[in-house]
Amino acid sequence: MSDISLAAKRAALPFVPVTATPTGRLRDVFLPGDSRRQSRLGPLRRRLRWPLGVYTTPVAILIVWEILARAGILKPAYAPAPSDILTTTVELWRDGILGPDLAISLQRAGIGLAIGLAIGILAGVLGGFLRTGEYVFNGVAQILNTIPLLAVLPLFVVWFGIDELTKVLLIAFGAGVPMYLNLFAAIRGVDQRLIEMARTTGAGPWRIVTRVLAPGALPGFLVGLRFSLAYSILGLVAAETVNADEGLGFLITQAQTYLQTNKVFVGLVIYSILGLLADQFVRILEQVLLRWRPSYEAV
Amino acid sequence: MTAALRTQTGALVEQVVRRFGDRVVLDHLDLVIDDDELVVLLGPSGCGKSTLLRLLAGLDKPDGGRIEVPAKRAIVFQGDRLLPWQRVLRNVTLGLHGADADQRARKALGEVNLAGREKAWPKELSGGEAQRVALARALVSEPELVLLDEPFAALDAITRLRMHDLVRDLRHRHHASMLLVTHDVDEAIALADRIVVMSNGRIGDAHTVRLSPAEREASVAREELRAALLSDLGLASQH
Repeated sequence: MSDISLAAKRAALPFVPVTATPTGRLRDVFLPGDSRRQSRLGPLRRRLRWPLGVYTTPVAILIVWEILARAGILKPAYAPAPSDILTTTVELWRDGILGPDLAISLQRAGIGLAIGLAIGILAGVLGGFLRTGEYVFNGVAQILNTIPLLAVLPLFVVWFGIDELTKVLLIAFGAGVPMYLNLFAAIRGVDQRLIEMARTTGAGPWRIVTRVLAPGALPGFLVGLRFSLAYSILGLVAAETVNADEGLGFLITQAQTYLQTNKVFVGLVIYSILGLLADQFVRILEQVLLRWRPSYEAV
Repeated sequence: MTAALRTQTGALVEQVVRRFGDRVVLDHLDLVIDDDELVVLLGPSGCGKSTLLRLLAGLDKPDGGRIEVPAKRAIVFQGDRLLPWQRVLRNVTLGLHGADADQRARKALGEVNLAGREKAWPKELSGGEAQRVALARALVSEPELVLLDEPFAALDAITRLRMHDLVRDLRHRHHASMLLVTHDVDEAIALADRIVVMSNGRIGDAHTVRLSPAEREASVAREELRAALLSDLGLASQH
């Protein structure tokens, strides 16, 4: 009796057609038709249901925030409304303050990232391919990995002064270490059986590097790139809050001094947008470069 | 010594010993594979078949004895071992050099009935197709010795029969010595010029197979051979 009532309940659901045999055992029935239309309209339907994609949650937070701010629940001194932040951003841009600050920050991040990636990739490749390279770089990298960026900042100031060099090196430090660690692990993680196979086909060392090890390490490299981009922005924040007279960090520190919370938020929002852009950049790289990979595509 | 003079392009295994710790897997084993001969090495799982094949491939070194094989040799592994990040054509050209590499790879893919699939990713292939790409990758370099390590063990029965036809067909075009390792008695009968049964780390009995393709499928001689092989494997009561 209970079986039949359960069957009736399940049959009411639209996508699971269930019939109950006279004996009361449950049966699933699958029919053609709906699935094909669904696959063709799938992307469109997903667009309609989730028009903002990964931006859904950030936008939802912004809307709630705006409502709370307008209702007066959030005081402007604590967290000004998003619309207020936007207005401030436009004002700062028009006054010619934000543009140069953003430019100098991007320049620092760019140079630091380039140095960090160059060192991280070079060391990662040497460490991954050569036992000697592993012995030379791995210990240092593991030690550096546990040292927080903020902790080395005072040391860097003592060693490299309070000028651009410290800032760029701090960003390079932040970007280089995760790139090395991920690239090293990725190269060492390439399936030994594939390398063995490649050797038996008569492929030389160069072929094995270019066709087996390098593409096999690519997924790990992209993970490293993701971390490097994020850490370079973290390094930028850390570097610019100490002794800067221009740049986004300077904007934030100055605003903090004068209790201009809306300007602090302008800086934070720009940092977060940079982070979002970095993620999107790596995501596109993954879609293009890792087409071969049979991965789980979320439903 | 006379054997060494006789084999110019085959393979020669003399008194080879291979140990893993205290366990002697190959115990002074002798084996000769002649020119253009297909030898099937038959034995139960774990008897050292693959160990011997890896020694012939040069992937491992023996602990004693001597192995002589042609420098031009190729291996087909149990799994397809395709590079998932390379398309089918680039998987076949992996060991090739020269301007005609692509051309040769296309020809090899045509021989295993995969013409037109050059641009597919390995993830898009069925198990049989992937193993055929692996076969093309082995044959494209025109090897003098082909080593096949249970190459069809993971395939279904129907695909396996098609692969046997393919191997017979390929032997007309490529003249190479072949060593095929298997635990499948029917596969051995279908393909072999000679079947050698491995036991206790040595080659036990050898059976030269002189049957026509039709006789290999069904004949009194086939059943007698099958019974003999099963008895060699210690499975006499089950046939």
